[in-house]
This record gives sequence, C-alpha cells and structure tokens, in this order.
Amino acid sequence: MADQEDDLEPAPTGEQAAVKQGPVAVLTQVEKTYQLDSVSVPVIKGVSILVRHACFTVLLGPSGSGKTTLLNMIGCIDKPDKGEIIVADTKVGELSDDELSDFRAKNIGFIFQNFNLLPVLSAYENIEYPLLLAGASAKKRGNRVPRLLEAVGLSDRAKNLPGQLSGGQRQRVAIARALARKPKLVIADEPTANLDSQTGAAILSLMRRLVERYEISFLFSSHDPEVVKAADDTIYLKDGVIQKIQRKGVGEAS
Amino acid sequence: MMTFNLALRNLLRNRRRSLATLLGMAIGSTAILLFGGFKTNISYEMHTTLVRDGGHLQIQHRDFYLYGSGNPTAYGIADYTKILEAIKNDEVLQKMVVMATPALQFGGIAGNYAASVSRTVIGNGFVAEDVNRMRMWNDFGVPSKAPLSALEGASEDAAVVGTGVARVLQLCDALKIARCPKPEKEQKAEGAAIPDDIAQLSLLETPSVSASDGKAGARIEVLVVNSKGAPNVTSLEVVRAEDRGIKELDEVSLMMHFAKLQQLVYGKSPPKATSIMIQLQHSDQIAEARARLVPILSSFSKTQPLAVLDFRELSPFFVQTMSMFDTIFGFVFLLIGSIVLFTVSNTMNTTVVERTVEIGTLRAIGLRRGGILRLFVLEGALLGLFGAVLGATMALSLATLINHLGIHWLPPASAVEMPFTVAIWGETSMITGTTIGLILIAIISAWWPAYRAARLDVVEALRHV
Repeated sequence: MADQEDDLEPAPTGEQAAVKQGPVAVLTQVEKTYQLDSVSVPVIKGVSILVRHACFTVLLGPSGSGKTTLLNMIGCIDKPDKGEIIVADTKVGELSDDELSDFRAKNIGFIFQNFNLLPVLSAYENIEYPLLLAGASAKKRGNRVPRLLEAVGLSDRAKNLPGQLSGGQRQRVAIARALARKPKLVIADEPTANLDSQTGAAILSLMRRLVERYEISFLFSSHDPEVVKAADDTIYLKDGVIQKIQRKGVGEAS
Repeated sequence: MMTFNLALRNLLRNRRRSLATLLGMAIGSTAILLFGGFKTNISYEMHTTLVRDGGHLQIQHRDFYLYGSGNPTAYGIADYTKILEAIKNDEVLQKMVVMATPALQFGGIAGNYAASVSRTVIGNGFVAEDVNRMRMWNDFGVPSKAPLSALEGASEDAAVVGTGVARVLQLCDALKIARCPKPEKEQKAEGAAIPDDIAQLSLLETPSVSASDGKAGARIEVLVVNSKGAPNVTSLEVVRAEDRGIKELDEVSLMMHFAKLQQLVYGKSPPKATSIMIQLQHSDQIAEARARLVPILSSFSKTQPLAVLDFRELSPFFVQTMSMFDTIFGFVFLLIGSIVLFTVSNTMNTTVVERTVEIGTLRAIGLRRGGILRLFVLEGALLGLFGAVLGATMALSLATLINHLGIHWLPPASAVEMPFTVAIWGETSMITGTTIGLILIAIISAWWPAYRAARLDVVEALRHV
C-alpha cells in the first residue's frame, strides 16, 4: 500500500470541496437480512443513499432501526445481501477480503462507541498503528502522530496507555487514530453514547472541526436528536427504511 | 516489528496466565533436558568404557567377529608387527592414534588342581602397559575412572580373572574377594576337572610354584589348544579378580600377558594377534582413521582378509542400549510435547476469546487475516521461546546441582558404581534441538486458535461482549 500524503494542514473549506468532488459513498437498493435460527429478520430494506464528500452526516434513528448495520456495510466490514455499495469510487462488493482490508486501511477510519483502543499500546502508538499498517516511514509517522495528538488536544498524554485516560480522552485518541491515514470517510457508531453530555458535546464539536479542517467525510450514527444541529446532512432511518434525508443548504430530499 | 511488539506486550498483559503457561513449558523442557542429559551421560560412560577397553577401531581377520569365538587362534593376523609399524609411521594416523596395540584371544579351560575344579574360559592376552594407557582416555570428561590392570609390572605368568571364575575355581580366600559365598557342601564344581595327567604335567612345567610362597592357592592351570590343534597347559598366578559386571562374562573372563599367551598358543611358530586395537585422540576421527587404514591394510591382505571394525560394530549392546534410550527419550519428548501443546493451545484459545473485540478492531482498521494469524502465532512462538529458554536455564542449574551432589549408582552391566551425573552443559545440539522443538510445538499449538481468530467475522467480533 502506498502511503498517503503527509499533509495534515487544513484543506479547502468543506463547502467548496463538496461541490468540487462527488459523493464519498453511494448505496443503491441495499438490503440486509439476518438469520436468527429459522427466523429471517430484514434489517435494511432497499436503502439508497448518498454520503457527500467532506460533510458531517448523521444517521439518526431509534435502537433497532438498522443504523449500525448500515454503517458496517458502508464501512466495508459487512456485506449487503442485495444492492450495490460504492465507497470512494470503488464497488466494494467486488473486493476480496484482503482487498477490503487494504481498502479500509486506506479509505475508512473507525470510531467506536467503546473506543476500542489497543490496551497495550500508548495513545501515541494507537494513533501510529494504522500508519505502520500502511508501511509509513518513521519520519512520516514522527511528523504526523504528534500533529494528530495536538489536533485532538492530547499532546501531553502521548505516552499514556488507554487505561490511564478518561473516556473522553480515549475517544479523542480513537478519533486521531481514525484520521491517521487521512481517510476519505470516517465511520462513527454512536461515538458519544458512552460519554457524559458535556464530554459528548466536546467530542461532537471536535469531529465537526476536523471535518472542516481535513476535508474528511464523517458518517456517524445516533439516536440523539440534539446532534442534528451539528450535522450537514441527517438521514432518518426507521425499521430499516429511510424516512427522510435533510441536507443543510439543500433542504429535504427523499 | 510492530507485530512483535504487540505480541510481546500482549503476553505481558495477562502476566499470571502467561507465567503459568511458561512454567508448564519450562518444567516440561527441564524434564526433557534432564532425561536427555542422563541419556547423554550413559552414552558417554559406555562409549568411554568401550574405547578404554578395546579402542576405537580394531583390525581383525574378516571372519573373526562372526566365527572367531569357536576357535580364535585360527583367525590370527600374521605380520601384525608390520601393521603396527605401518600405523606408527603413517604421518596422518600418527597424529590421531593414541595407542595401537595387539591382543590375542583364546578359548580354553582353567582349573584349580588343588580344589579339583575347572571351567571353560575365554582369555585375552594383551600388553598391560598399553592397555593401562588406553584406560586413561577420557575425551568426554566423564567422572568415572577405569581401574588399571594389575598385569602391569606383574610377573610374566600373572593372570587376572573375573570374580566369577575365581568363585568357581574356589580362589576367593586366596584373592580376598568380598561377598564370595561358599557352597554349603564341598562339592566339585560343574564342568570336568582337568585330567590328572595334564594337571601334573602343568605342575612339572612350573617349578617356581611352591606351597611356601603363600600364593599357591592363587595359582590356576590353563589348558589351551595351540595353533596346531594340540593341547598346551601352563600354570598362571592369579594376581587379582575383577568384577566384569555381567555374570556370564565374569565367569569366563581371564586376562594374561600377550607374550605369554602367544608363547602358549603359537610356541615356536610365527606369533600372531587376533586383533590390533587402535585408540584415537577423539571419537570423531574414526571415519578418517578408518579410511586411512584401508590402503595400509591392503598390502597385508593378500594372504589374509582383514577388516577394520569400530567399537560400535564390536559392541551391539552399546548400540542397542542407546537405541533404547533414544526411543524412551523420543517417547518422553512426545508426552511432554503433547502436554505443552494442549497447555499453549488452551492459553491461546482463552486469549482469542478475551480479545475478540480487539481482533474485530484490528480487522476493521485494515489488518488482514494474515496479520491476525501472524500476531497470535507469534505470541505462541514467544511463549514457546521463553518457556524453552527458562526450561533450559532451570535444567542447567539442576544439572549443576545434581552433578555436585555426589550421588552414585550402579548401571546395568557395570561392576563399579558410577557418579550419577547429567550431561547438559556443553550439549548445544540437545539444548538447541529441545528449544526449537518446543517452539515448534508452541507454534503448532497457537496456529489453530490463531486461524480461528483470523477467520472471525469482523462485525461479530466487534459485537462480542
């Protein structure tokens, strides 16, 4: 895998970039059914959506609405039963498992509800890990990781293990890790669910800033209507079906 | 490097479990190495004993080994002195050879006329000084020392017999042999006594023997068939009885001076030897020395087919014993290896279950299945490495302790007690082999859990609670 450019400087504004570039993810008539013993449970029912480039997109819906399943499929860690998913101009359904791994490493960052940091690695090493996977040189890693730590406000916590960090700090490390390879899309499954409201708001604000600063698309799920205020686009999901899509500056789409 | 770093830190993550697994492996490794050290020690002891007694190589008549016991003197080597001279003068062999000395074997009857008892014996004649020098050989540094032959410096009619021969010939009192019970009733020993006329003839031939010298009771008469098939008798002074370890050998063994035996067997005919014993500086020179001997012997083989046999060919018991120990060692390794396999496998399975979410995370952020497989296999390999190294360290420490305790034991087929030692120090190949073997077992143990981890569904792994 070729290393991406080392530039972590602020990109052109999200609005400009979004206009210039196409969508980062396109889903067409995607369906997903889980088999629970002999019972088939349809979770996603013919969903077609478009995730815009360099936008902060929220997938909103109650528990069991299929948010996580949809995120997993867009994040290329799950496959649809029907339909087509294109992420970063690639038909991901046609990729092998190893190709998908490489694709995820290059194009997609993940932020998990439970942070999912590697407990034996320090904050610095957790952020460095995706770069090591990509074969980035020591110089590039040494350049990028401190800047990411700075971006998430944890420069003084570089050597701390995850167990020595608070929930909010862990999530910041997870965000920095997700941004390490400057992916096209960051998937975040309820990233504030395990945080208190104040920390959650701070994390939300941080992600919002990073979208604008690094020209990266953020797609995250939530069942909290409050997060809509921070979003560029909001996709309302219920029982595996898109209810409506709201895009700031564009209005409501079906 | 990151995979190694991650694997190492993960091992340290659950220290108690890792330590328990390491200790299991280390104890297994220690047991294997201690048994291996014991086996090696047995091998060195037997090897040394055989080389001290008969040298590394023996030049014999080609058929002597298989048929010589029926009539040893019929397979004598003519011109043996010239062969010895040729060996001595060979510029390659002279650097390797510690001793080259002739030996003569015979079968005959030994009797104690005074007690009217006799028995068949297998005798050996050798140059006592040479044989005693051979008994100093100690290439492996074994702690046991070979008793020197009492024939050195003894009179030309001196003999050394097995304690069994001494017992049957009722020489225990004269030779002051301990633990030599007498029969309840004085009976003639089994086997035919020497005919009176031969015994009388023998006594007439040895006028130096007298009842007043105090050693009359330790004299025996030996009947030998000479090279022409005629009987020949001599009287020998038994200077010592030596326990030969094996009862069957102890009851037939008789050793005497080579020159005296030659005189008895060959009389005025050209004297021969039934073998030439060659002792080398080191056992790993056997092949080279043997190859060098072949062209030398070819010039002496025109009238007599000669062969060079090494001590292993001459002592199948050694080969069989070591083969048995090798089999037991293999079996022990297999048993302990199986325990290690299941221990590591169990540890790795538990680790995989505990780290399922972590596996899902690594896969999500782009680590391939192969990366997961490598990570867990490396963890198993590191467990194996640390366990084996710890085991080797423990084994070396215990070996030092055991070797300094001064424990003695009586090995099978041995007449004397030997120090109970385990040879591990310096046995690089055994330590390396055991270490590599255990690491391989640990890798095999870790492979299946690692494969299972690599095949985990990413979403399922992330959902794992």
